[in-house]
Amino acid sequence: MALQDVSQDVGQPKVALFNDPKVRGWVYQVVLLVVIVYLVVVGVQNMFANLAAQNIASGFGFIGRNAGFAISQSLLEYNQAESSYGKVYIVGLLNTISIAFIGILLATVLGFLIGIARLSHNFIVRGVATVYVEIFRNIPLLLHIFIWYFGVLRLLPHPRNSGDLGWLGLLNNRGWFAPKPLPQELFFITAIAFIVGIVVTIFISRWSRQRQAKTGQQFPVFWTGMGLILGLPVLVFLVTGLPLEFDYPVAGGFRPSGGMTVIPEFIAMLLALSTYTAAFIAEIVRAGIMAVNKGQTEASHALGLRHGPTLRLVIIPQAMRVIIPPLTSQYLNLTKNSSLAVAIAYPDLVSVFAGTALNQTGQAVEILGMTMLTYLGLSLLTAAFMNWYNAKMALVER
Amino acid sequence: MANSADNTSVAFVRKEMVEESAAPTRAVGLVAWLRGNLFSNWVDSIITLLILYVLYLIIPPLMNFAFFDAIWSGTDRAACTTEAQGGVREPDWFGGCWAYVDAYFNQFIYGRYPDAEQWRVNIVFVMFFGGLAPLLIPAVPFKQANIIFLSIVFPVASFVLLTGGNLHYTGFLLPNFIMEASATRFWVDYVIVTLIILAIGYGVSRGTDSDPGPMITMVLWIMGGLAVVLALFAIPFGLQPVETDRWGGLLVTLVIAITGIAVSLPIGIALALGRRSNMPIVKLFSVIFIEFWRGVPLITVLFMSSVMLPLFLPEGVHFDKLLRALIGVAMFSAAYMAEVVRGGLQAIPKGQYEGAMALGLGFGQMMRMIILPQALTLVIPGIVNTFIGLFKDTTLVLIIGLFDFLGQIQSSFTDPTWASPVQLVSGYMFAAFVYFCFCFGMSRYSAYMERRLDTGHKS
Repeated sequence: MALQDVSQDVGQPKVALFNDPKVRGWVYQVVLLVVIVYLVVVGVQNMFANLAAQNIASGFGFIGRNAGFAISQSLLEYNQAESSYGKVYIVGLLNTISIAFIGILLATVLGFLIGIARLSHNFIVRGVATVYVEIFRNIPLLLHIFIWYFGVLRLLPHPRNSGDLGWLGLLNNRGWFAPKPLPQELFFITAIAFIVGIVVTIFISRWSRQRQAKTGQQFPVFWTGMGLILGLPVLVFLVTGLPLEFDYPVAGGFRPSGGMTVIPEFIAMLLALSTYTAAFIAEIVRAGIMAVNKGQTEASHALGLRHGPTLRLVIIPQAMRVIIPPLTSQYLNLTKNSSLAVAIAYPDLVSVFAGTALNQTGQAVEILGMTMLTYLGLSLLTAAFMNWYNAKMALVER
Repeated sequence: MANSADNTSVAFVRKEMVEESAAPTRAVGLVAWLRGNLFSNWVDSIITLLILYVLYLIIPPLMNFAFFDAIWSGTDRAACTTEAQGGVREPDWFGGCWAYVDAYFNQFIYGRYPDAEQWRVNIVFVMFFGGLAPLLIPAVPFKQANIIFLSIVFPVASFVLLTGGNLHYTGFLLPNFIMEASATRFWVDYVIVTLIILAIGYGVSRGTDSDPGPMITMVLWIMGGLAVVLALFAIPFGLQPVETDRWGGLLVTLVIAITGIAVSLPIGIALALGRRSNMPIVKLFSVIFIEFWRGVPLITVLFMSSVMLPLFLPEGVHFDKLLRALIGVAMFSAAYMAEVVRGGLQAIPKGQYEGAMALGLGFGQMMRMIILPQALTLVIPGIVNTFIGLFKDTTLVLIIGLFDFLGQIQSSFTDPTWASPVQLVSGYMFAAFVYFCFCFGMSRYSAYMERRLDTGHKS
């Protein structure tokens, strides 16, 4: 039988319109869009009806109005009688950022120490680090905060018989009364020396890297840098005649006078946040170091590098690639977790703005919207940084 | 090598074996272990001694507080206070007041749930742990029946048991002038809705030249099943209704955590599929949804669900406080769950998708039978970890005025019957112990599954 040409018979197969995946996809999407738009429209209509029924104003007019409540910690000039809700927002945001920033520093240091300790060959160091991690990350953060605040700081002595920390000031159940530095006229020279030290160190490290790439000679950048950044300001400080005085707090009946106050809520939040997050960071650090192939260490030793340079030049750069992304998300978690401050009334963004200001104005939509968008903005910034870092650090493979 | 045979004549070659001597004491046994693990060099030794000293400072007082000086029985604060504070203990006594925890134990578990009705909560607990344990042990058979029990029978039964059931439906579709609001109207409405769905499905099937049979069967099954569940909710079993504001303690903690994870799993799967979909609107919606909830702290979500959510509902519709918190928690954890599931989906090799498609499976079949079973098994540790996080995060509901386990403990501190300096420490210690047991247990399970699922090769 001769071959028959069947090509004319096989045209485009006839497909019912709804069975075409492309058409079907668009139908699904249109349906989804319609449902979402419908829900949003109904929700917004309900919202306006409810707001009108409850006599709640809407709009952002409240931002300019006087808030009229006191805030126990403020980095800016905040005045109960005059400051507006807008100011409350900024004060709260700064408090959130300050606790998050210091908390991140402490948690990183503690977390790296414990993470490395978990890999120690010393049995007891390893054991203590493991127990720390398991206990701290398996207990809710809010309980940590309560324990620090109600369990520890409340047990500190009454202001009448404050604990004396010597040159560190006074400690009692109203907080830590630290000596307040009062910079004198010539102090700015020390500050300039500090900045100069940093800038020069950056240049030196760049130069030394180029020189090493060219000639192979190394330069003690670390010690030079330390000398420039710390030594130079200290030298200038001494030469200009110690232009810094301290205002020491003096114990009093109700509360110590003078100095500067670190409120107990801040201390409790800081301790809880940093010890809790440190447990997670420790696990990240451990996983990162363990992720570096053992062959890397062996190859490095085979090339004649000692233990220190092996760690510094081979292990840590590779471990950091694994560590940084989850570390950034832990930083973000810490920042978001700082919102638990509302439980012990540390005046962070959620506590003063989404708490007190919301209760006073009743404008839940605007205030919660602003608060959530603020946190969302922080998250997106962090995510953007992380993507940039990942792109920069990604292994360039063949 | 000619005289290799008589090399025995060489004087300095041994002719018999030497007796085995014991290994040097410095290389084996306790001494070697100590040298290797604790005192390998002088820095190590100093650190070891320092830590031992710190442990010496911490552990004996802790043991004394928790066990040796602790009070295990008593009726009021006198048992746990010193004589100067109005109690019976010697002046410098400082120990755990477990008598107070014992007195409050019932409240810590059930909140203000009526005493006479607590057997209902107990049945729910037994059903849950009894259903969960065999599911978690890989060797136990009947996994499918087990999952059906936990995902269908258990939620329905516990809803009826915990709230008392006996809901009153008034209908939702027909206006009042056709039929008065009553349970009958509800069921008439229900039948109408079912018929409408069937009509749409039939129309689509005819329009696409496909057999409407399977579609009709499926709709009837789903709507029929739903009707049975709704009918069960409405049957008066004679259980006393218990309002959710009487719930508290561990009950609320478990209800929020379990409902949160159970609701978030299907939503999370849908979002994860949406995020990997190539339909732009679906993808955009999923990305925005996931990133929004992941970007904000849970406490603002709870504020939103308790303050803002009522504003979006039509007038006259009220959600109770617990339900509002549940919605917030479910949305929040769905976003995290979506990212966990997405990780699993990404780990499935492309060949699995292509193989499924080559077999002629549709998207739904491919996901149900090939991709999701593999992807979800892979992410079991991730799901458990999300659950641990959620379990710890349920403590936040005390800020919006619900009494979960920690909230119940916190509120017990205001009771003057047991007021004493050690009450707070005892309460927190008990809370920490309970949370630790739950979370540590789960994290061990997650680690076990991780080892079990580890095939030794990474794809």
